[in-house]
Amino acid sequence: MTATALQTKFHPVLEGTLQLEVTNVSAQTDSITSITFGDPLGELLPSYVPGSHLVVQYGTGANAYSLTGAGNAPREYAISVLRVEDGAGGSLAMHALSVGDRVQVSRPRSAFAPAATAKHHLLIAAGIGITPVLSHARYAAEWGASASLIYVHRPGTGAHVQDARDLLGSGLTECTDRGSFQEVLTRKLTTQRLGTHLYVCGPADFMDSVLEQARDLGWPKGLLHSEAFSAAALDDGQPFAVNLARSGITVEVPAGVSLLETLENAGLSIPNMCRKGICGECAVPVLRGVPQHRDLYLTDQEKADNTTMMCCVSRSLDPELELDL
Amino acid sequence: MNTVLNDTVRDTDVLPERIKHFPFPFSGDIYRYSANVEPSRKIITTEAGAWGGRLVHIDEHYLAELKDRDEVLERDPSRLQVLPHMRPAVWDAISTLLPALVEEYPDTLSFAREGNSCRWRNSLQDLDVEFTIGDDTSLPMGPLRFLGSQIQDDLVFLDHRQDALWLDAGVVTFAADWSVGFDVGMKFMEVHHPVPRVKEEKIASRAEQFLMRLQPGEQYRRTNWTLTIDRRLDTSTETYPDWAHDRITIADDPALPDRLHLRVEVQHMIRLPHSGAVLFMVRSYLLPLSDIARVPVWRENMGRVLAELPDDMAEYKGIIHYAKAASDWLLAN
Ligand code: HEM
Ligand code: FES
Repeated sequence: MTATALQTKFHPVLEGTLQLEVTNVSAQTDSITSITFGDPLGELLPSYVPGSHLVVQYGTGANAYSLTGAGNAPREYAISVLRVEDGAGGSLAMHALSVGDRVQVSRPRSAFAPAATAKHHLLIAAGIGITPVLSHARYAAEWGASASLIYVHRPGTGAHVQDARDLLGSGLTECTDRGSFQEVLTRKLTTQRLGTHLYVCGPADFMDSVLEQARDLGWPKGLLHSEAFSAAALDDGQPFAVNLARSGITVEVPAGVSLLETLENAGLSIPNMCRKGICGECAVPVLRGVPQHRDLYLTDQEKADNTTMMCCVSRSLDPELELDL
Repeated sequence: MNTVLNDTVRDTDVLPERIKHFPFPFSGDIYRYSANVEPSRKIITTEAGAWGGRLVHIDEHYLAELKDRDEVLERDPSRLQVLPHMRPAVWDAISTLLPALVEEYPDTLSFAREGNSCRWRNSLQDLDVEFTIGDDTSLPMGPLRFLGSQIQDDLVFLDHRQDALWLDAGVVTFAADWSVGFDVGMKFMEVHHPVPRVKEEKIASRAEQFLMRLQPGEQYRRTNWTLTIDRRLDTSTETYPDWAHDRITIADDPALPDRLHLRVEVQHMIRLPHSGAVLFMVRSYLLPLSDIARVPVWRENMGRVLAELPDDMAEYKGIIHYAKAASDWLLAN
């Protein structure tokens, strides 16, 4: 192994988004397609935490998809997408992709991470919910952690069934109907060793039912994990306008752009440091309107007063705010 | 002792590198705790130069400080702690920091990775090692000690669970009066328990919330400061008997301006990409008051900050016995 053969560079992470190329498209089942994205220059992609998702842009929309790999210095990001005929269009756009297409994706975001201290990982998936859980199973295999999986899928329509079998062997229980799943679930929920963490992904009512049964059987909240897309991210928010009383101008704050950035673009110089709602530097006085407080700095009382807002993260509940600027 | 106390020293070209890149922490005449976090790698210009363009900074003390760390670890292995579940986080830090170092020092360092096989070359240490990510035996001194032998920063790893951060691993040889052996296994809030004001002012709880929301790839930093007598990096609780007594005698020592150092920690906080652990890096810089005084604005700022600092903070920082002597010297003339 020569040093030059080992030479690798890391993908420059440009402001959080990556432009990647579709490197493979393959049908998992009639309605589920796996798509892989790679760096156009073949460089390594940023690693990710198991259970992470990728926000993939399509046309004017964007959808979050779970990554199915282990996430260790990957060459490719792989997602599997279920076609939803009457959805918002994201899944149809994904299914229309072909090798060589360029897509804009977020950096992987983590909101369904494995617990490092778990003695055992009990993974539970229904249908397309297999995707993040498969990532967990791969990570467990990477580090020799103990894991088992209950996978509910209708015969012949399950994605990644062979992957799951290869990874988990006898740790995999496949269920193809509700009745047998309920039996397996009850047994597993009552026979886990101490320190087991449970992870569930699937349709919302499926997740709710599993979590409720676990809680009823005395599982503490801290051991239960369910996939919650983008819970970790501050969303783009709604557009609004700010009227700057002293400057005598009104500026529009588009969705996805912070008030701080908007004020800076308008030529105002606002003290700031963290740009993340914690340091307290970017406070601006509010004269009229109700801010949507999203910071960690102001106290509850200060937030209720609505006379100050942290313009790096907070937005407006009203269509227009008036600021003493 | 010949100290330049001349207000006409404006030409920063004559200042040595150690002063030019020093992360002077005061921007005014009053210092209070705050959630002073900001994005990493932003260059901050100071009266004397600039600092902060890098995540990992190698300076002229590189070899000496790493030798110091190695000796501390030989004497006291408890300065390195890894709870078993933090092994992946340590490997994650290796796979993240070594390439980051190469990006910053491509002429002296190189890192290559194929799958989990890695080769690391460090010409500053005349080092060429091959190892396998995830295989602890591939680095004879152990992965965390190895990483600690490549960068001047102390490293602390926090696991995110049960809506809290837990200090579950670290290699900390240059602690400013605390002990990683004592703190390992504690929650972030417990770690900050001895610090005055931060509970009342909710600084620690806000900081923890912020850190728990960090996403992989995001990098933040903050500074913290204290005073240290002599160029002593190891002021850990464990060696207290070696250094605490100087704190009583320094006020009357005519060599105070050369012996007393402003100690600034540049602390980086990143979410490791694969394990999801939070990595807290502490890089300590020491600069004697005699050097501080060569920059007139620094001399005045620091003199006033020390004169104004409330007793509870001065007491906590362990500088209460000599803060006034230091301030008097800085503000004289
Ligand atoms: C990410 C992980 C962090 C770790 C592991 C950490 C750890 C520590 C430790 C061990 C101490 C010394 C406590 C003692 O005396 O025993 C300390 C002090 C302190 N920490 Fe942190 N800290 C972290 C982040 C932060 C952040 C983000 C902030 C604020 C935004 C903060 C604010 C402080 C303050 C104000 C002190 C007192 C420093 C002094 O006056 O010398 N820490 N921290
Ligand atoms: S810039 Fe820190 S709270 Fe807004």
